[in-house]
Amino acid sequence: MSGTGTHTAGPGTGFEAKLSREQLWRVAMVQAEYARCIDADELERWPDFFAEQCFYTVTTAVNHREGLAAGLIWADTKGMINDRVSALREANIYERHSYRHVLGQPLPSAGQPGDPPDQPRTETSFLVVRIMRDGSTDVFASGRYLDRWTLADGPPKLAERVVVCDSSRIDTLLALPL
Amino acid sequence: MTTTAPQQPPLPELPGWPDGLTRVPYWIFQRDDVYAAEQQRLFRGPHWNYLCLEAELAEPGQFRTSWLGDTPVIVSRGRDGELYAFENRCAHRGALIALEDRGCAMEFTCVYHAWTYSVEGELTGVAFKDGINGKGGMPESFRMAEHWPRKLRLAVLHGLVFGSFDNDVPDLEEYFGEEITDRIERVLGGRTPVVLGRFTQMLPNNWKLYVENVKDSYHASILHLFFTTFELNKLNMRGGIIVSPGGGHHVSYSAIDRSGSDPSAENRGYADQKIRSESGYRLADPSLLDGFDECGDDTTLQILSTFPAFVLQQIQNSVAVRQILPRGPGRTELNWTLLGFEEDTPEQRRVRLKQANLVGSAGYISMEDGCVGGFVQRGVAGAADQAAVLRMGGESAESSESRVTEASVRGFWQAYLAAMGMRSDVSA
Repeated sequence: MSGTGTHTAGPGTGFEAKLSREQLWRVAMVQAEYARCIDADELERWPDFFAEQCFYTVTTAVNHREGLAAGLIWADTKGMINDRVSALREANIYERHSYRHVLGQPLPSAGQPGDPPDQPRTETSFLVVRIMRDGSTDVFASGRYLDRWTLADGPPKLAERVVVCDSSRIDTLLALPL
Repeated sequence: MTTTAPQQPPLPELPGWPDGLTRVPYWIFQRDDVYAAEQQRLFRGPHWNYLCLEAELAEPGQFRTSWLGDTPVIVSRGRDGELYAFENRCAHRGALIALEDRGCAMEFTCVYHAWTYSVEGELTGVAFKDGINGKGGMPESFRMAEHWPRKLRLAVLHGLVFGSFDNDVPDLEEYFGEEITDRIERVLGGRTPVVLGRFTQMLPNNWKLYVENVKDSYHASILHLFFTTFELNKLNMRGGIIVSPGGGHHVSYSAIDRSGSDPSAENRGYADQKIRSESGYRLADPSLLDGFDECGDDTTLQILSTFPAFVLQQIQNSVAVRQILPRGPGRTELNWTLLGFEEDTPEQRRVRLKQANLVGSAGYISMEDGCVGGFVQRGVAGAADQAAVLRMGGESAESSESRVTEASVRGFWQAYLAAMGMRSDVSA
């Protein structure tokens, strides 16, 4: 990458977290790997995308707008994220299926009060198609990833990922993570 | 509990139903004519169906839309502080009056021809009623008071709002009976619920397959392997099943047994049945289950259902109501409302958010319920003339100390057959 331009979260937000072009590119690459990890059924690697101190939840646009705290999935430790994977592998019963994630570009977004100054936020659209064992393929979820990243060492890691699904409806079940 | 009201049209011609309560013919999950009869006799008939929480209608003018089966309704807090409910259907040409799920309004205006309704459900205005320049308009004989949306009867129990179109339905507490009422009070009594989240799960199956699943304590530890795989049932549990006298309502509960009995006995039972192996798996973060005694009685699980289609759950500290809405013979909308209470400490609230992982469409112990009804719906596709077998725990629909029973499922069918008027020998 040449150029040293930075991307900030829109004019007048007052928050300093900035992403250099290179950082933004690295975030986009990590997101692509994240999607591929889930879509390729390599869930054991999924927790590695999160920082040691992390938060992950899947909620709906209505609940998010109303500030309702509960999620379809809600994990405030990396251990809970690991437990999702082991439960899916060892305990939960569901019909075999897979996802195909299609992601938009990460857009730098405004920080929130209390954010560590070195942890910028991005927002990324997603569309997830679910492919069932019998071949039937449906749009399963669309929405936004609201992310906060640690960029200090090595590849960017998710300190926070709030998955906001546009619809309040889930068809049948949500087994694999989004 | 109920008899077929005389004004109801006769049932369609249906195949026979085997004697007793131990066989359920699969055609009952498949037919459009059964679906239509259920809408009429169960959801618009003399039964109480859950609509919403009173906490969602705290202030005058607050409303939310809901359903009695297929029928859209508006539930509101009137200017006098009372609750009102009426069909969400303009008395003019039938359009929906309110389009939002929730809101606050002193007046509703139908978008089609701007007929207006008060928040209490009375027709208050008809656009151009007197015409323009003496021409057009409604005839002299038109009376607005003769054109109100149908009103519902309402009853509130510990913050749960139930509605019925039928004036002959017994009072709510009588309809539930004392045991069920007490068990609702146990979870909700004296507390102020706070909505923590709302989620809708679309199930690929007939609504009665989901009701059967809720009432089926036999499947719980077999299909749902989360607790057993991670060996989370360390303590022996005592518990039981309550089936209401008419069969339609049920409670399944379990509690920590502090009597000192051998906790390995139950584990051996599972191993004998080859239902699970000694897995050795452990949760990386067992704080998921670091709960508190929800109601001060050591009861860690209480699943309560009322006829025809409502569930109140307490699974450890995950408290939720589930509204079951039929959406055609092979499709069901399941509306989850996850609850906390105003009295919660921040730590307790955090526990509830963690334990919400147990339930709902992504729930560790309920995601399977989202798909298993679909497995039945697909499995019975060519078997309208065949029947399920419900003989676990005998042939009756009575309360029991054992949860290895299908008594409450048989109870549901007892109440169902009576309410539908399908078998003259079955009463509820």
